[in-house]
Amino acid sequence: MSQANLIPEFVRRQSFIELDGRRRAQSLFDEGTWRELVGPFNRMESPWLPLQGIAPQADDGCIVIKGKIDGMTAVAIALEGGFQGGSIGEISGAKMTAALDLAAKDSQAGKRTAAVLLLETGGVRLQEANLGLAAVAEVISSVLALRPHAPVITLIAGTVGCFGGMSLAAGVSSYVVMTREARLGLNGPEVIEQESGTDEFDASDRALIWAIHGGEQRVGMGLADTLIEDDVEKIKETIRGYVHADLRPEYRSQQVELYRARIAALDTSEQIDPRSLRQKWSNGTKGELR
Amino acid sequence: MSEHIGLRGRTWFQALTENREPMAGDPSSILASEAQIGDELALFLCVVPNPSSRFPCVRDGQVGLEEAFALAHHLRSVIIEDREKPKAQKRPIIAIVDVKSQAYGRREETAGIFFAAAVSSDAYASARMAGHPVISLIAGHAFSGGFLTHGYQANRILAFDDSGIMIHAMHKEAAARITRRSVVELEQLGHEIIPMSYDVRDYAKLGLLHKLLHVEDPQRPTAADIEAIRRDLIDAIQDARRGATDLSNRLQSEAAKQTRKAGIAVRAALEAQWENA
Repeated sequence: MSQANLIPEFVRRQSFIELDGRRRAQSLFDEGTWRELVGPFNRMESPWLPLQGIAPQADDGCIVIKGKIDGMTAVAIALEGGFQGGSIGEISGAKMTAALDLAAKDSQAGKRTAAVLLLETGGVRLQEANLGLAAVAEVISSVLALRPHAPVITLIAGTVGCFGGMSLAAGVSSYVVMTREARLGLNGPEVIEQESGTDEFDASDRALIWAIHGGEQRVGMGLADTLIEDDVEKIKETIRGYVHADLRPEYRSQQVELYRARIAALDTSEQIDPRSLRQKWSNGTKGELR
Repeated sequence: MSEHIGLRGRTWFQALTENREPMAGDPSSILASEAQIGDELALFLCVVPNPSSRFPCVRDGQVGLEEAFALAHHLRSVIIEDREKPKAQKRPIIAIVDVKSQAYGRREETAGIFFAAAVSSDAYASARMAGHPVISLIAGHAFSGGFLTHGYQANRILAFDDSGIMIHAMHKEAAARITRRSVVELEQLGHEIIPMSYDVRDYAKLGLLHKLLHVEDPQRPTAADIEAIRRDLIDAIQDARRGATDLSNRLQSEAAKQTRKAGIAVRAALEAQWENA
């Protein structure tokens, strides 16, 4: 493509990352078909944050929208990375599990309802500690209850990324879609540095972080499915494709023996080079940019 | 306290299975065994420290890549073997939990520990949803990603009523640092705000526990203690068989109706708005 064509395309492109969680979720639906459930006007806030002198938010940083995506019934659940780091508390966790459970109930009754999880989160909200951890366990369970009946699609756009307990929810999803600006991992670099020292992980080494947790690597090594540009239209198109996807007899997190053998084959005498790991694991997976 | 991590897990695994050796093919950190419980066989699973693990960041009893996949392997085997059996005959699965945390390592992040943990939770949840009674016995620590990987998908959770039990999202020092408090402030806050507490009796108020178990010293159980805990496990197995295979029971106890009432209200509101959307 010539430069003359590229520049207008770049200028016309609408960034998805620049949208907040609510606008991101809205952008996936067919026009005029969606409605937000238990929105900010219902004022269902965290009862735990005010007790600690922290201002709650009227939607607890979790947005649930139901409607049609390319004519198919779907529910999108977005975590707003701008509120308390997208962390999971009692209320945001209850919204997620309730929406997933209702989608599962409808899907089992023949009204297939796909779920799209827009995850920008550091994981459990430490101010609600044990209720956050319990919520994560319940979200995982509810994703797994829906997955045999309708696609569960995790979309990580960035720039917070998806860390902590919620990375397990991504791990059990039917499909994971990421941008180059997105990251996915259990422990963020700062946490590893704190727990295991700078020798183990230098959290100021940006190149290392992206080489390990970045979208290109996760898709390249087959732990996520599609690498997508930061573009509202392209993301919408990709999600539409997955909403229509046929159900599979087996998803990635059921492939125990394949991955157990891969872990057994790792040389752990020194740190693992992300690039060569990607080459070893990439066979049969697609890592191209859409 | 941390020097004791894994001791209690190992103690109770041995007490209940009369077995202490890892199975061939498993890392030394995984204890898996079938053993009699009541009039049936159950699969017992436990993660213990392996000071000579080839993964340095799991040597103190953290749950890492090999641990997660080994757990999933045993769980999937039982699910497949019992596939054709009626629900009443599916083998119970007992997770004995005493884990420091997930592994905090670069090797683990590079090779996708998030996914390994997901694979193990998937296997535990799949066993539960297939009708296996899945019971967690918290014998010591149950922290964060370690607990999510090993035990938190159970349909009944039991814990000793003992000061050595700690169930939490993050250990005190790190939680204090991240929430910008001192450890003393954090402990104080735990007394006022139930989900922040590190005390198992406060955890019981969240309604997530099936039962608190009483023995004199969980680290040195007597024969009578072991018999009593066996009976508690059998009761939990029977209760799980009578109940749903999802986690709805965690919202139905009297304690949950009190402490989690805000979350319960959110569920009701969402259900009420769902149909018309």
